[in-house]
Amino acid sequence: MPMFLKVAWLVMRKDLTVEVRSREILYTTVFFAVACVLVFAFALVKEGRPMDDAAAGIMWISVAFAGTLALGRTFERERHSETLRALMLAPVSRPAIYVGKLLGIVLLLLIVETVLVPLVGLLFHAPIGNRPLMLIALLVSGTIGFSAVGTLFAAMLVRARSRDVMLPILLYPITIPVIIAGVRGTAALFEAVPADELAQMWIALLLFFDIVFVTLSLWTFEPLMTE
Amino acid sequence: MNKGYSLFVLLAVVLFAFAPVLVAETPNEATMGLVQKIFYYHVPSAMVMFMAALICGLASAAYLFRTRPGADRIAAAAAELTVVFGLIVLVTGPLWARKAWGVWWQWDARLTSTLLMWMIFVAYLLVRRFGGPGAEKLSAAMAVFGMANVPFVYISVNIWRTVHPTTAVIPKLPGGMRGPFWFCVLSFTVLFGLLLALRTRLEQRRADLEHLYLLADEE
Repeated sequence: MPMFLKVAWLVMRKDLTVEVRSREILYTTVFFAVACVLVFAFALVKEGRPMDDAAAGIMWISVAFAGTLALGRTFERERHSETLRALMLAPVSRPAIYVGKLLGIVLLLLIVETVLVPLVGLLFHAPIGNRPLMLIALLVSGTIGFSAVGTLFAAMLVRARSRDVMLPILLYPITIPVIIAGVRGTAALFEAVPADELAQMWIALLLFFDIVFVTLSLWTFEPLMTE
Repeated sequence: MNKGYSLFVLLAVVLFAFAPVLVAETPNEATMGLVQKIFYYHVPSAMVMFMAALICGLASAAYLFRTRPGADRIAAAAAELTVVFGLIVLVTGPLWARKAWGVWWQWDARLTSTLLMWMIFVAYLLVRRFGGPGAEKLSAAMAVFGMANVPFVYISVNIWRTVHPTTAVIPKLPGGMRGPFWFCVLSFTVLFGLLLALRTRLEQRRADLEHLYLLADEE
């Protein structure tokens, strides 16, 4: 087991080192997420007043869109220099590589969210300070769920034709429960009187989703990445 | 086409020719009247759709973990049938809903989860068709994840009020409706079995042909 964690840690550190040196994915993803929020602001803010519950929806749609972009770019980089093949040839357990990749993407998306969430709060008058811990729990568990499926599919699509189109086609139908739970849970927190119990139920559902889909991904990563 | 298939086709034709007669004779439902007759096609299609989805998921798992090429062919055939029967469900459902509930669509748990499951299988076919080399594995993963997804979708949309009748209606059907209903279920299942067998065989032939081409190239 320590070996497994060590490999995962090394893969994650490699990804983050590459990212820290270029900051390509971080900058482009943050900018994309901000642009997304602005587009929604034009559509859903009427006479200076945002629609009810708009903030929660926009936040999660932006996370999903930005996440797709980040996933695509992360694996495009691996494909570009054939490094994914090198990674697969390494004599380490494949699920550990998956976990490393997953951690890297989750961390990246969480950084994006630290910009995105305050922006949504600002533009849509959302009370993001209502229940900060529960909001963080929702964001973290939702991001893990989204990235768990996303990392697996993006890794598989590296070799496929038209991978840019295929990723959202595969990813969105599967991650609908994450989006529903995220949006409903966040909307419950943003109400004038936060509905704690409802939000807790959605967090529980997200955690359950995370467990099932991370397990399933670990289980299928090996056969899927074998050529 | 061999004898077994012809017999199967004949059976399916007879069943489907006889079903409307039976359905016409069933008693009208007290509140909905004639509109309720669509039930005899809507529910069996939905049952067959879920059967097809289950077969596709299981066959995909078998392909992924045991690398059986035959299982992949069954999965591909079952996925296409899921989409076809799902389309029947998604067309007959709103037609019925318009009359019974007054709206075409409700964001209710059963409707939403059926629609999403249907979309997952449409995505399966899209990946298979346009994914390029290695698309079989991709689509197999899609089917496995799609299966695991169904309960989550169902739970997460169940929070909204459910207007769709539950499956508990089926065992409590009155006498005049029970017979024709199960007859329709049988018809749809036979049709499904026939289509699945034919489609799998077609896929098998295609694979054989490709194999022969490769052999011819080598010579």
